[in-house]
Amino acid sequence: MRRLSALPAVLLVIVTGSFFLMRLAPGGPFDMDRALPEAVRLNIEAKYHLDEPLPRRYLRYLGDVVRGDFGPSFRYPDRTVNELIALGFPVSLTLGLCALAFALVVGGAAGVVAGIRHNRWVDHLTMSLALGGVSVPNFVLGPLLILAFALGLGWLPVAGWGSWRHLVLPTITLGVFYTAYVARLSRAGMLEVILQDFVRTARAKGVREAAVVTRHALPNAVLPVVSYLGPAAASALTGSVVVETIFGIPGVGRYFVQSALNRDYTMVLGTVVFYSMLLVAFNLIVDCLYAYLDPRVTY
Amino acid sequence: MTRFGRLGSAVVAGVGVLLAGAGLAPGQEQIFRINNMVEPESLDPGVVTGVPEHRIISNLFEGLTTTDPNDLSPRPGMAARWTVSKDGLVYTFHLRDAAWTDGKKVTAHDFVYAWERVLNPKTGAKYAQQLYYLKNGEDYNKGKVTDFGQVGVKALDDKTLQVTLRCPTAYFLDLTSFYTLYPVPKWVIEAHGKDWVKPGKLASNGPFKLASWVPQRELVLEKNPAHWDAGTVKLQKVVFIPTDDVNTAYKQFLAGDSDWIPTVPPAQIDAARQRPEYYVTPYLGTYYFRFNVTKPPFSDVRVRKALSMAVDREALTKFVTKAGEVPTSSFVPAGMRGYEGPRGLAFDPAAAKKLLAEAGFPEGKGFPKTELLYNTLELHRVITQAVQQMWKESLGIQVDLANVEWKVYLARQSKLDFHLSRAGWIGDYVDPNTFLDMWITGGGNNQTGWSNKRYDELIARAGCGIVDPRERMKALHDAERILVVDETPIMPLFTYVNKGMLSRKVKGWYPNILDQHPLKHISIER
Repeated sequence: MRRLSALPAVLLVIVTGSFFLMRLAPGGPFDMDRALPEAVRLNIEAKYHLDEPLPRRYLRYLGDVVRGDFGPSFRYPDRTVNELIALGFPVSLTLGLCALAFALVVGGAAGVVAGIRHNRWVDHLTMSLALGGVSVPNFVLGPLLILAFALGLGWLPVAGWGSWRHLVLPTITLGVFYTAYVARLSRAGMLEVILQDFVRTARAKGVREAAVVTRHALPNAVLPVVSYLGPAAASALTGSVVVETIFGIPGVGRYFVQSALNRDYTMVLGTVVFYSMLLVAFNLIVDCLYAYLDPRVTY
Repeated sequence: MTRFGRLGSAVVAGVGVLLAGAGLAPGQEQIFRINNMVEPESLDPGVVTGVPEHRIISNLFEGLTTTDPNDLSPRPGMAARWTVSKDGLVYTFHLRDAAWTDGKKVTAHDFVYAWERVLNPKTGAKYAQQLYYLKNGEDYNKGKVTDFGQVGVKALDDKTLQVTLRCPTAYFLDLTSFYTLYPVPKWVIEAHGKDWVKPGKLASNGPFKLASWVPQRELVLEKNPAHWDAGTVKLQKVVFIPTDDVNTAYKQFLAGDSDWIPTVPPAQIDAARQRPEYYVTPYLGTYYFRFNVTKPPFSDVRVRKALSMAVDREALTKFVTKAGEVPTSSFVPAGMRGYEGPRGLAFDPAAAKKLLAEAGFPEGKGFPKTELLYNTLELHRVITQAVQQMWKESLGIQVDLANVEWKVYLARQSKLDFHLSRAGWIGDYVDPNTFLDMWITGGGNNQTGWSNKRYDELIARAGCGIVDPRERMKALHDAERILVVDETPIMPLFTYVNKGMLSRKVKGWYPNILDQHPLKHISIER
């Protein structure tokens, strides 16, 4: 509960910080390569209240945010920031969850197997792959996958959104990093647990090896993975920025980058606040999950 | 590739089955897929300023005139015919029978409403200056005139629109085909506010209507069967894909997912040129460097000339930009109807050296530290590096390169916070004026600090005062001579080209200087 009550203060700091930082960047939302006539520039600034003093604009914005209104997008005058986030978020969420699921299933399985077959060839192979997965940046992997599977083999579309086939390559591109990380974490967790007394006891009692692993070792071995899940989920959602651009996916991440470059003040702030709320929410969820899995932890 | 071909034809066959109800045999479906490179900012003709928006809106709506797909000259649109008064000031447009997609008739009042909306200060329209040609248009936008009745546009009746200009404007009929001057449906805007451009609400009057629009995913236009010229229109459906990553867009084209991309990634130029789908044509745009003439050393015209004459533009376009750009040292691109420009400074390293010595920097000795500003982009990086090298070799001077992000670049340029800066200018209409009136004293796009009284006079006379077209072109020619031969506040480098990839099944697509391709003339043939 104490964490929940700190939430508004955290968000206030974020909103305030990004509001003023944004203004420090040179250039404005309506600067183009064609200079606007003075009269036109003034008309536009009046329309978006950019002619008001900064403190007043800040208070106006704060009031709007409290009401849940992020204002109109400067770049897309037909649309509000709320509307664009509402359109983009389900897409980013789908992509992020798929990448995480991919990471948990593939990474988790590989890590557990590697842990059990400690120092055998399976272990060395998975850990080398994991090292590769952590090291290859997604702006290299994405185009490579497109070249191989979309242009070369023609199995999957190059880019776009709309069916499961559009989802495969972005999921892998985004998920590889987390897969590798999860593999290392679950391997380490498994190694630690498998040497402990209660596992030896279970074995001594004649429990079958499969049951030892699934019933006794696994629940304890996944704890580090679970605590990684919160940051991973948040980072998969915010980190899809590059992947969304490479694969032409209509998610929030694309707006995030473009709006910063365009000085689309309202859109930048909207996405920043939205992402912050996500981050906080995910950390909360993980804390709850942790308390459930490990009875020693209380808040 | 062959695998994809089979898959592609399976998809096409599927679409063909869907279209069979519309009476089309499979393999002949008239669908054109354009990679538009970016999500359109808006579909509101009064608000937009960009080229990607133009590709969509110019097919959704129709102005008083339309453009010829070949040479872009004005053709009748909503106006079936028009008359122009002898002094070139009063245009009377007679509208044809035409309807909005919701069934309402298109009237002269729709134009008056649309133009008032663009000029109204409250709208905050960025392209309001496209209507400054009207009598009192500028003053209304600035709030100096508040009664729109005094602005030069009137509906004499439902079918007759009378336009009074401030000055004779040779290219006014080109402007009436531009989106800022399109009519808009008052009743839809009043009913839905900013949502009026969304599918299901938008009423338009062009050869196509809006079928669907999912931001960052796709926008689909359908043929408008009620359009007055629907007989000409062959395409049933046009899909706009907003892929903004140029490498991905290029791969989508190669995979057959789009029929046209209006650009090619710089790194792929060599490969693209080997393919039959590649096209390249001159563009109405000039790539150039600005000098800041308010600061030494570039306040000295000899230094400006020396730097300009030391650049081998032939080599630059042949070995650096490589896409077929046309080297030039004058500012107005070739190919303007009725205009012959002056020749700018020729490449002459020896003369350049001499000029620099006269200015007090023999062999480049004592040349102060200067910086060439450019916005971060691969193409600008290689060009500025090449020019930097040429200056070093032939003049012995070291100019540093400074790359900054786009908005920072714009801000620094408009504050004259630079020595040299790279720039590009794309014309708004096919007339030399769009390249020359920007250099008048204090012009918003001048951004060099340069000022020349004679130049200002010539531009003013060409803009207002001379009615005879040939005399007007002469005045513009003389002005350009001052700009690129006598004074050189800028150094032009080359004329931009349109480069892109077009599927060979697309017909009715003509290369032209603005890279505009009215969809109503396009068809798909195998």
